[in-house]
Amino acid sequence: MSILKVSKLVKRFGGLLATDDVSLTVEEGEIHALIGPNGAGKSTLINQLCGELRPDAGRILLGGRDITALSVPARVDLGLGRTFQVTSLLDDATCRENIAMAVQAREGLNFRIWDAVAGRARLWDQADAMLAGTPLAARSGTPVNDLSHGERKQLELLVALARKPRILLLDEPMAGLGHVESQEMIERLREIGAQTPMLLVEHDMEAVFALATRISVLVYGRIIASGSVAEIRENADVREAYLGAEDELC
Amino acid sequence: MILIFEQLLNGLQYGVMLFLLAAGLTLIFGIMGVINLAHGSLFMVGAYAGTYVAGVTGSFWLGLPAALLAAAATGLLVEALVVRRLYARDHLDQVLATFALILMFNQLITLGFGRQPVFTPLPAAFAGSVELLPGLPYPTYRLLIIATGLLVALGLYLLINRTRIGMLVRAGATNRDMVRALGVDIRLLYTLVFGLGALLAGLAGYMTGPISAVQVGMGEQILLATFVVVVVGGVGSIKGAFVAGIVLGVVDTMLRAFLPGMLRQVMPPSDADAIGLGIASMGIYLLMALVLLIRPKGLFSVGTGG
Repeated sequence: MSILKVSKLVKRFGGLLATDDVSLTVEEGEIHALIGPNGAGKSTLINQLCGELRPDAGRILLGGRDITALSVPARVDLGLGRTFQVTSLLDDATCRENIAMAVQAREGLNFRIWDAVAGRARLWDQADAMLAGTPLAARSGTPVNDLSHGERKQLELLVALARKPRILLLDEPMAGLGHVESQEMIERLREIGAQTPMLLVEHDMEAVFALATRISVLVYGRIIASGSVAEIRENADVREAYLGAEDELC
Repeated sequence: MILIFEQLLNGLQYGVMLFLLAAGLTLIFGIMGVINLAHGSLFMVGAYAGTYVAGVTGSFWLGLPAALLAAAATGLLVEALVVRRLYARDHLDQVLATFALILMFNQLITLGFGRQPVFTPLPAAFAGSVELLPGLPYPTYRLLIIATGLLVALGLYLLINRTRIGMLVRAGATNRDMVRALGVDIRLLYTLVFGLGALLAGLAGYMTGPISAVQVGMGEQILLATFVVVVVGGVGSIKGAFVAGIVLGVVDTMLRAFLPGMLRQVMPPSDADAIGLGIASMGIYLLMALVLLIRPKGLFSVGTGG
């Protein structure tokens, strides 16, 4: 069974068909990359998957369950994790605190008011355990404000993972990363992808070709091609409609 | 010297009152981005409900839970019926809608209780005064207000900084999107915070009853000063609301008490009184302008607010 199954999704903004009959799946163990030129409707699609936008038609199934009408938090509870195009963290809190927030949210004790001191110490420990062995291991007590852009991207990924999602929606995790940081991020995503399936929206073709087990190409709200890396590289429609300049493919 | 000490205490008492109101307002503004002009109405509702029950039962202490309950319930109702629809709107819509609420609350209270101010009885145990310094008897009830304010401040501090829900509240004030993406139902958090803010406003309203008249429009008088406290303290910051509340309360009280007297040294008494009080009532706004010049986001600003 597909972990994420989108069928015949439609979203209109007035006369503009932003999502045009989109169907796609993400299987267990898969990194499904979604690529497309600017304005192709990638963000609109992601926002519908996350629950920020309601589709006009079509269905979204998470692990076989229809989540089309559910709220953002309800989807997250069911295992939909995400990162943002512009990193979204608690800037004046430390790395550890950011992760602890997510651990706490996962434990569903959100509104248990009096579980104070002991509970927090345990949260810190769990957060530190998650940080261990990552590029941020030494930065546990550092406020997010003092992190580099690359470190923020890494932290955001950890925060999403702390929620133990069944699938990750990653909105341009490579955006703004330098070459070395990109390589580091690709390595991390490969590790994580071995455990957690992903839908990866990304402009960085090097990363997409390095990571994706499958690629779908979105143009004008419509998926014009879907297939393996090799198939997409060879696809003439894709070359013409999306990539334009051929050298971007290599 | 004794006079200064007395006014300092009065300032502190006014300051903690401002803090009780500002704490709720700053959270509502900081976390939900809603400008709630009707916060003063909750203050009034608390005062009237408490005073009414105190009048019927003859007990100040029975009035207290009534005030808290009425204000919190009204707050929750207002949130569910009106404010919830305003989260995504711009500030002008919020101001218009909550201003309409002020008018409605004022009319409803007028219908129910008339235009005459009503008076809250002092609790018997706190009706007298104690001699804090030789020659300075000070009303125990005002001391009770100060103690209540400080206790609430401590309680809020622990709630915000030491508990899980406090962590969420802080996180919500800093980055709403992230908190949502973590699967926290932010609407529930909003409702909870709004209810808490309303409860504190009701507490402030009822506590203020015995020392100033409970009347229609009492909320608006103090609301303006409360907004100044929120802005000076930094939107979303409880610590800021506390510090700014006390500082502005003391400054305001001191200016009103001593500025006319000081001006009398250099000008005719009638002019001194008029000018002195005029400047005194501008004092906190001047202070706000000064703080904003130096720290545009207030003394203890919190994150981006979203």
